[in-house]
Amino acid sequence: MPDSPIRFLQGNEVLADAALYAGLKFFAGYPITPSTETAERLSYLLPRVGGKFIQMEDELSSMCAIIGASLTGLKAMTATSGPGFSLMQEAIGYAVMAEIPCVIADVQRGGPSTGLPTRVSQGDVMQARWGTHGDHSIITLTASNHQDMFTMTVEAFNLAETFRTPVILLFDEVLAHMREKVTIPEKDEIPIVDRLVTSVPRGTDYHPYFPREDGRLPMSDFGGSHRYNVTGLFHDMWGFPTDKPDVVNELMHHLVNKIENRVSIIQRYKEYHIDDAETLLISYGSAARSARHIMEDRRKVGMNIGMLELQTLWPFPRQLVQEKTKNAKYIVVVEMNMGQIENEVRASVNHSDSVYLANRVDGQLITPTDIKNFLRIIHGRGI
Amino acid sequence: MSSMTQYLRTRFMPHIWCPGCGHGIVLSGLLRAIDALGLEKNDIVIVSGIGCSSRLQGYVDFHTMHTLHGRALAFATGVKFGRPELKIIVPMGDGDALAIGGNHFIHAARRNIDLTAIVMNNNIYGMTGGQFSPMTDTGKKATTAPDGTIDRPFDTVSIATAAGATFIARTTTYHVHQMIQILKKAIVHRGFSVVEILSQCPTYYGRKNNAGSAVDMMNWFKDNTYKLGTKTAEEAGEMKALGIFIEKDEPEYCDRYKTIIQKVGSP
Amino acid sequence: MICRFVFSGSGGQGVITAAIIMAEAAVYHGGLNAVQTQSYGPEARGGAARADVILSSEEIQYPKVDRPNILICLSNLAYSKYTWLVRPGGVVFIDPHIIKTRRTADARQVELPLYENCLEALGTTLPMNICLLGCLSRLVGLVTPEALEKVIENRFSGKNAEMNIKALHLGVDLVTRLPEMPPIQFL
Repeated sequence: MPDSPIRFLQGNEVLADAALYAGLKFFAGYPITPSTETAERLSYLLPRVGGKFIQMEDELSSMCAIIGASLTGLKAMTATSGPGFSLMQEAIGYAVMAEIPCVIADVQRGGPSTGLPTRVSQGDVMQARWGTHGDHSIITLTASNHQDMFTMTVEAFNLAETFRTPVILLFDEVLAHMREKVTIPEKDEIPIVDRLVTSVPRGTDYHPYFPREDGRLPMSDFGGSHRYNVTGLFHDMWGFPTDKPDVVNELMHHLVNKIENRVSIIQRYKEYHIDDAETLLISYGSAARSARHIMEDRRKVGMNIGMLELQTLWPFPRQLVQEKTKNAKYIVVVEMNMGQIENEVRASVNHSDSVYLANRVDGQLITPTDIKNFLRIIHGRGI
Repeated sequence: MSSMTQYLRTRFMPHIWCPGCGHGIVLSGLLRAIDALGLEKNDIVIVSGIGCSSRLQGYVDFHTMHTLHGRALAFATGVKFGRPELKIIVPMGDGDALAIGGNHFIHAARRNIDLTAIVMNNNIYGMTGGQFSPMTDTGKKATTAPDGTIDRPFDTVSIATAAGATFIARTTTYHVHQMIQILKKAIVHRGFSVVEILSQCPTYYGRKNNAGSAVDMMNWFKDNTYKLGTKTAEEAGEMKALGIFIEKDEPEYCDRYKTIIQKVGSP
Repeated sequence: MICRFVFSGSGGQGVITAAIIMAEAAVYHGGLNAVQTQSYGPEARGGAARADVILSSEEIQYPKVDRPNILICLSNLAYSKYTWLVRPGGVVFIDPHIIKTRRTADARQVELPLYENCLEALGTTLPMNICLLGCLSRLVGLVTPEALEKVIENRFSGKNAEMNIKALHLGVDLVTRLPEMPPIQFL
C-alpha cells in the first residue's frame, strides 16, 4: 500500500528497509537461513536507490568487503546467522581495531555448529560480546517487535558512525521470519547520524587516529584528500603499526572506554510496572514477547509482576539493571539459552540469589505457559 | 625519471625486510610502474594482507590498508565496488594469496573485478619463520618440513587461468625491467589482473635449501626461466616461463553492476 | 478482540499465501493488528504447509498459535495432525472433497465445498485458497471482501488477479448456500 506508511513485513524485510532509511549504501552477504530474505530484498532495492549489493564467496569475505566499502565513505552492512557469524569474527575484530563503522545483523538460530537452521535461539549473546579474540568492547542491540527492529536498526547505524565501531544487531529466527505490522517513520522522524568527516584541509597532516576532545575520530574517505594507513595491528595516530607499550596501552584503553564509559548514552530499554513488581521479568528479543504476554496475563489475576526489556545487550547496562531490580524479590531472566544474560544480571544485582533463569533451548519459542510454570515453581506453588 | 622517494613514507622507515629480501625490488618496480603511468597518488589504494609482502603498503604514500591474512582481495573488493574510479593494487604473499586466501583469489578472478593482484612468491612463510607454503616445491625443506615437504605446489598461472582472470603474467625480481612493464600493463588492464613475481627469501628458504646468497638466488631466477614462447615444453623442462600469459577484454564486475543501476535505478 | 487461525494443507495449495493475504487485509484495510508465522525447514518440506495468523484489536505479544480458534484443513495429513489443537468452541473448516472426516475434537466442523465450486465455476481448483478467504470473510468476519479484494489486486496482476477476484466472490456467495449455522465465537 504505497500511500500509507503502514507495512506488513517479515522481520528480515524490516531490517532491509530500516537499513536503507538509515542510509545504507553497501551490502555484502552470503546466503544463510534464517537471514537470507534481507539479502534478497537488498539485492533488489539497493541498485534502485544508487547503492551496491554484492554476494560474496563466504561470510569471511562479506565482512571484509563491508569494511572496505565503509572506508570509501559508504554506510555498509551484512546480515547472517550463527555459522556465518562465527566466520565473520576475524574481520569484526579488524573493524574494532581499525575503528571502521559498520553494522552486522546476526539472526540467531539454534547452535552450536549447524545446530537448528530453521529454529529460534538466543545462543549468540556471548558470541556477539566476545566472538572475536582479544580485549575489546562492542555495541549490540536487539528488539522484540518489528517497530522496534526498525528503530534499533537505524540506531545501530547511528551508533556505528558516532563511535566508529562495528555494531551488532542480534535478532532471532522468530522475529526475522514472522510478519507483523510496522509503520515506516517519516523522513527525519528518527534522526540519522552521518559520518563525521575531517575538516583538516588537503595538504595538512591528518591524523586518522587522533581523537577530538569529545573522543570522536573524524574520518577521511579512501580516494579523498588524505592518504593514511589502516591496519589491524596496534597503531599510532597515523595508523602506522607500533608495539610501543605506551601507545598500545593508550589505544587499548581508548577502544574499550569509548564504549564502556558511555553505557548510559548507549543503553536502550523498555520497562513495564517496575514500581510495584515483586517479581521482575528481564527479557529481550522474541522471548520478551512471551514474557510481556504472561506479565499482562498475571497482572489481571493480581500478581505484582513487572518487566524490564533490554534492547542494548552490550555494553551491558549494569547500573540500570541494579537500579530497576532493587525492589524485586524474584528476578526472573527469560531467554532462550543456558543463561547468558542471566549471568550478567546476577553480576549486576544486589542479591544474586534472587535471580532465576526461565529458559528454553529446544528450538521452540518459549511460551507464556512455560514462563507461568517457571513462576509457579519459583514462587513455591508447584507446577 | 622523477625521484621515487616522493611515493615513500620515509618517516616509517627503516622497513622490516631482511637484507637480500626480494620484496624491496618489487616495491621499487611497483613505484616505477606507477610513476611511469603518471597516476595521481589520491587515486591509488594499496590493500595488503598479512606477511612480509603485506608490509609493502605501509611504506607507500597512497591510501593504504593492511588487512587480515588471506583476506586482502575481499577487503579490496569492498573498496573497489564502493568506489570503482579508484585503482586498487593488492600485494600478497604466496601463502597469503593461495593458501588461506585461495578462495578469495579464485572468486575475485571469477568476478573479473578490476583489481591488480601481485603475488610475491618466495615459496615460504617468511614472517612466521620459514614454514612451507603451497608454492614450496615437493622435497624442499622448511621448518615444518624438516625432511622435505611431501606437498605438491600450486601453479599460480594455471589457477588464475582456470578461475577466469583476464590478465595473467609472471616475472621475477631479477627481471626488473620486465617487471615494470608488466605491472604497468596490469594496473591499466580493466579487469582482474594477476602478476606473479618470483622473489627470493635468502633468510629462510635460501638457508633451509642451500640456495646460497640473495645474489645466487636471483641468478637462479635468471638461469631457470625463459621468455614465454621461446621454448617448447620439452625444452623448458623444469624451467618457468616469464611474460604475459593472458590479456583479454571481458566485461568488468563494477561496469556490469553499473548497467544494472542504469537499467533499474531512479534517475 | 483476538482471533487465532491455523491454515494447513499441502504445498502448492496456497494456504500460506491465503494466510498472508488475510493478515494484510486486516492490517491495511481493517485497522487491526496481525502477526503471521509459518513453518520453515524440514517440517515445511515433504508437502505439508502451515501458516498461523493472529488478528487482534490489541497489540499482539506471543506470536505463535498453539491453540487456534479457527483451523482450516485442506489435506488429510493436516486434518489428523492439527484437529486436536482447536480451542474449545472453535471451528474446523474442511473441504469434504479432500478430507475424510472424523470426530476427534471438541470443535464444530464446517464443510466448505471449495474444490467442487472452483472446478465448476472457474474450471480450475487453483484459486481454492482465495475462495476460502471469501467464505471466511462471511463466516468469521474481521476482514471484509472489499479489503481482501484490494489486497488481491495489489498482489496479482492481469488474468491471475481476475481469476482470484472471481474466486473470492465465489467464496462469499457459496456461504449463502450453506446450511444455517450459529455465529462463530471468539474472545
